Amino acid sequence: MTHTLPPLPYAYDALEPVISKQIMELHHQKHHQTYVNNLNAALSSQVGATQANDVPTLISLQQKIRFNGGGHINHSLFWKNLTPPGTPGNDLAGAAPSLKEAIVSRWGSEDAFKKAFGAALLGIQGSGWGWLVSTGGPKSRLDITTTKDQDPVSAEDVPVFGVDMWEHAYYLQYLNNKAGYIEGIWKIINWAEAEKRYTAGVENPVKL
Amino acid sequence: MAAVFANSARVALRSGASTSFKAGAAGLTFARGKATLPDLSYDYGALEPSISGKIMELHHKNHHNTYVNSYNTAVEQLQEAQHKGDIATQISLKPAINFHGGGHLNHTLFWENLAPKSAGGGEPPSGALAKAIDETYGSLGEFQNKVNTALAGIQGSGWAWLVKDKQTGQISIRTYANQDPVVGQFEPLLGIDAWEHAYYLDYQNRKAEYFKAIWEVINWKTVEKRFS
Repeated sequence: MTHTLPPLPYAYDALEPVISKQIMELHHQKHHQTYVNNLNAALSSQVGATQANDVPTLISLQQKIRFNGGGHINHSLFWKNLTPPGTPGNDLAGAAPSLKEAIVSRWGSEDAFKKAFGAALLGIQGSGWGWLVSTGGPKSRLDITTTKDQDPVSAEDVPVFGVDMWEHAYYLQYLNNKAGYIEGIWKIINWAEAEKRYTAGVENPVKL
Repeated sequence: MAAVFANSARVALRSGASTSFKAGAAGLTFARGKATLPDLSYDYGALEPSISGKIMELHHKNHHNTYVNSYNTAVEQLQEAQHKGDIATQISLKPAINFHGGGHLNHTLFWENLAPKSAGGGEPPSGALAKAIDETYGSLGEFQNKVNTALAGIQGSGWAWLVKDKQTGQISIRTYANQDPVVGQFEPLLGIDAWEHAYYLDYQNRKAEYFKAIWEVINWKTVEKRFS
């Protein structure tokens, strides 16, 4: 069994004007697909190396699995935690009452949270992701965290939502204006999905 | 169009630089103790078709300039912390200085190791450097293949460098994450920027095409000078 590219839950142009059709097509069909392909290749090499009891090869494959498996996990989570602007899912109060309450109690206000989240995103030095996580399991303490390159969030934490800060996620549209991309992303966060993850956790996002 | 951008950029930059001196990378310039964005020795459009004028302009005026500004800010904060004897703050500034200072160093070296074809870009190295490459990698083509493989293997943002080991004088290919600069045991000879901003507008996800095309505009004369 091999991993396959999950379909997007919306059309390529559905996130416009925040994220262009061109970016979404490249990001999904090329970037995400490459992570899937490279993950499958690494996992298949791992099967051979396991059968051959080839420990040096097994060790050398771990970073490939981490990077490409992380890329597959992160993008699979990301597509689902976005929604076209102006849809019901994009309304924090309406779609995510418990999460909203937890955010306000943790950061004081929705705006203060967004500000802190944006600052964390801007502080990433290189490629990476910003996440809102529920630490240790669902309905727990919320935290803002960043992961480098394609590292996924810690296995025990629940990724409530993530924002891709690789340049390929925004460059064709926003160039070096990262702040513009971050400002736009709030218009397409899928708070309904975030509420679901916050209250019930996330099952293996790349389950076969 | 690119020539106009380049000329106006040069005038603007020169007017801001009261003094300049050379240190490390030949193009590192300072005005009143602050790092400044170095001038390019060619027009923004001069590296086309390998790298478009638009990429060069954004990369130089926006990306590189942000590293310069952020580095200066971090150094100001460092000086203030030193003045106050605040060791904790000095230590906490280390990642910012590494990242933004590294970005400034790396890009300064990068611009210098590129040249338009009309100014010798892509012309193979000669002399001692050519000999070292042949002895180490078999041929220039084999060396380029190995660099391209190293570039393709970078997981995230980063750079690939041809470096010289200060202890043994030997050359090797090394990759560095994000803006980590080539310092310490190794000396930077030739750097290739593998951040997505370096190629995405022209090549999108087809980074292998960028890595292939950039050899057309490598300034081997600069690399030879750094090697000797």
